[in-house]
Amino acid sequence: MKLIKLSGILLLSSSLLFGCANTDTTSTTEKEKATKNVAADALKGVTDEYRKYAIGEIEEFVKATEVFTTAVKNGDIDKAKALYAPARMHYERAEPIAEVFGDLDPKIDAREGDVPEVEWGGYHRIEKGLWDETTTKGYEQYAEQLMKDVNLLRAKVDTVEVTPDMLITGAVDLLNEVSTSKVTGEEDRYSHTDLYDFVANVQGAEKIYQLLNPALKEKDAELSKEIGARFDEVYSLLNKHKKEDGYKSYTDLSKEEVKELSQAIDALAEPLSQIGIVTEAS
Amino acid sequence: MAKNESNSDSQGTISRRDMLKTAGVGGIGVLIGASGLGGLMSITESKASSTGAKEVVSYYGKHQAGITTKTQNNVYFIALDVTTSKKEDLVKLFKEWTLAAALMSEGKPVGELSSNEFLPPKDTGEAAGLSASNLTITFGVGPSLFVKDNQDRFGLKQKQPKELADLPKFPLDALEEEWSGGDLCIQACADDLQVAFHAVRNLIRIARGKAILKWAQPGFQRTKHADAKEGTPRNLFGFKDGTVNPDVKNENQVNEQVWVQPGDGPNWLAGGSYLVVRRIQMFIEVWDRTNLKEQEATFGRYRDSGAALGQKDEFEKLDLKHKHANGSYSIPGDSHTRLSHGNGSEQILRRAFSYSNGMDPKTGSFDAGLLFLCFQRTPSKQFIPIQKRLSEMDKLNEYTSHRGSAMFACLPGTKQGGFIGETLFN
Repeated sequence: MKLIKLSGILLLSSSLLFGCANTDTTSTTEKEKATKNVAADALKGVTDEYRKYAIGEIEEFVKATEVFTTAVKNGDIDKAKALYAPARMHYERAEPIAEVFGDLDPKIDAREGDVPEVEWGGYHRIEKGLWDETTTKGYEQYAEQLMKDVNLLRAKVDTVEVTPDMLITGAVDLLNEVSTSKVTGEEDRYSHTDLYDFVANVQGAEKIYQLLNPALKEKDAELSKEIGARFDEVYSLLNKHKKEDGYKSYTDLSKEEVKELSQAIDALAEPLSQIGIVTEAS
Repeated sequence: MAKNESNSDSQGTISRRDMLKTAGVGGIGVLIGASGLGGLMSITESKASSTGAKEVVSYYGKHQAGITTKTQNNVYFIALDVTTSKKEDLVKLFKEWTLAAALMSEGKPVGELSSNEFLPPKDTGEAAGLSASNLTITFGVGPSLFVKDNQDRFGLKQKQPKELADLPKFPLDALEEEWSGGDLCIQACADDLQVAFHAVRNLIRIARGKAILKWAQPGFQRTKHADAKEGTPRNLFGFKDGTVNPDVKNENQVNEQVWVQPGDGPNWLAGGSYLVVRRIQMFIEVWDRTNLKEQEATFGRYRDSGAALGQKDEFEKLDLKHKHANGSYSIPGDSHTRLSHGNGSEQILRRAFSYSNGMDPKTGSFDAGLLFLCFQRTPSKQFIPIQKRLSEMDKLNEYTSHRGSAMFACLPGTKQGGFIGETLFN
């Protein structure tokens, strides 16, 4: 979509200014368009790879949701609690693709207050039951519906066309998600398992970086190296908060530690936002 | 640029959003310029420079701008901590900062818009189309850049001047970590707060991965627009503040008081200046219920005229010996004016701004006060003895609390092609 839009702007701008400049712009515009298409073609392998990755994550998400919702329906509260955060990680990794379905995303992932109370279901609704009310009673229906929605997501995801744009925007978006809702501890406000989502978003962004990295290295080896180093820094901070198989409760982090994570994400996202140079013709 | 905009209006073909994307760097010509139409770009450029020239403070020079520059209406001050451990990253950062600061000082964006729509714009855009507004950007280095936790972080330890040390603790200091210290500082002053904010925002963005924000404080003065006579600005206690300041036009005086001279210490700082920052909370609610006589005795000046007590004119030479009929001094011994003056041997170049940060959530009062910035050649002979006297006796202390403190060595200026910090890092 955006590729076409860009050429459109160039054409418009040229026609607007024809009166002022005597240079023939057609060749430039055509050339511009051609190089964009070349770039898109060159990235075809990458988008295919990403598609495979994201669908793989959604498939894992289906499986994990199956076990999770079964535990809820069986009234096995401890098991449900243990499964909640790891299950969500698959969804969070594949967010650029999962979010394409504007109708399903809120059903699966809306937080309290994001949608009218009567419509509120999905993971966070059950989270509230498990942690805030410490019960599964009355939440069976939400588990039932969640499973349906997640299955529907799996079915729909096959129809998604993965574009270079989706990857380029998605990588930074994943980190923006972290900056705006994970860092603040608003995502998992009852379970305080925000660090799982945090890690998954970073991993999702890293996957895109890894896929685009060969192309990026050709364009700007230094930028590639810088992004790699920043990912390492974020992981080394996150690793400090590991606990057993998972991560600490977000409420166990000091203000300083939260700020440190937030600033490390900023330091990573800034160079990562330059990853769009891979669309330029060499 | 205006021409381009009207063009697009009449055609109605370009959306506002598209327009904004391109308007960021002086109109649509840039996008075209990037795709090969150089001719139009030069038109846009010449136009931009002719409109803003009057409000441009030259960036390059022997000294950094923003010190002896006439005080602008606004400041956006930030302290930073360096996160990189490599000296070459620091050098790179200062090189990039120098170029960006020079561009912004001319009212230009930090980078042109790329023709690649998949990249975020280099410049954040909120100063597009605004005049340079006398923007000055002043960089400084703090003691902790040299040594932190006993570590010689960048191999600069032997270059640390003796004067560049944490300030001593003064009586009544109520310093908070969140408003104190910093490895680096940036003072952005402009006659427009949006222009000043744009400057620090873009500089911080350039620093990502190398340095992080430690604390930030915007400040203001009455605008020149509001005070056509440009009298001494009043602080939030309603008193004229900054009557006695070295004459920045007198070269001997500024060399004596403000600029570090060769031989003062390590020569990399010659042409620079020490900056002391104090974030002073003012209990304005308490002040407002203090009677006028008491207020004036506290300052040692009349509120209305700014003249010293017992005298007529604001700029009259202080008569510290002037007495009331009963034999007591007109300017009381514990007044701010008398104590600041001391024996008159110490002077500092004050460039203070008021601040108001909304409400103090603990008390429900305003969090307001003074962002006190002062420049000098030798802190141990200037700010420190003055503040020592004030902290011990100043009656004003009943109404104020020093919450933040920092000391920086503001680097000497640089020429085009050079960079700020060159003398320190090379």
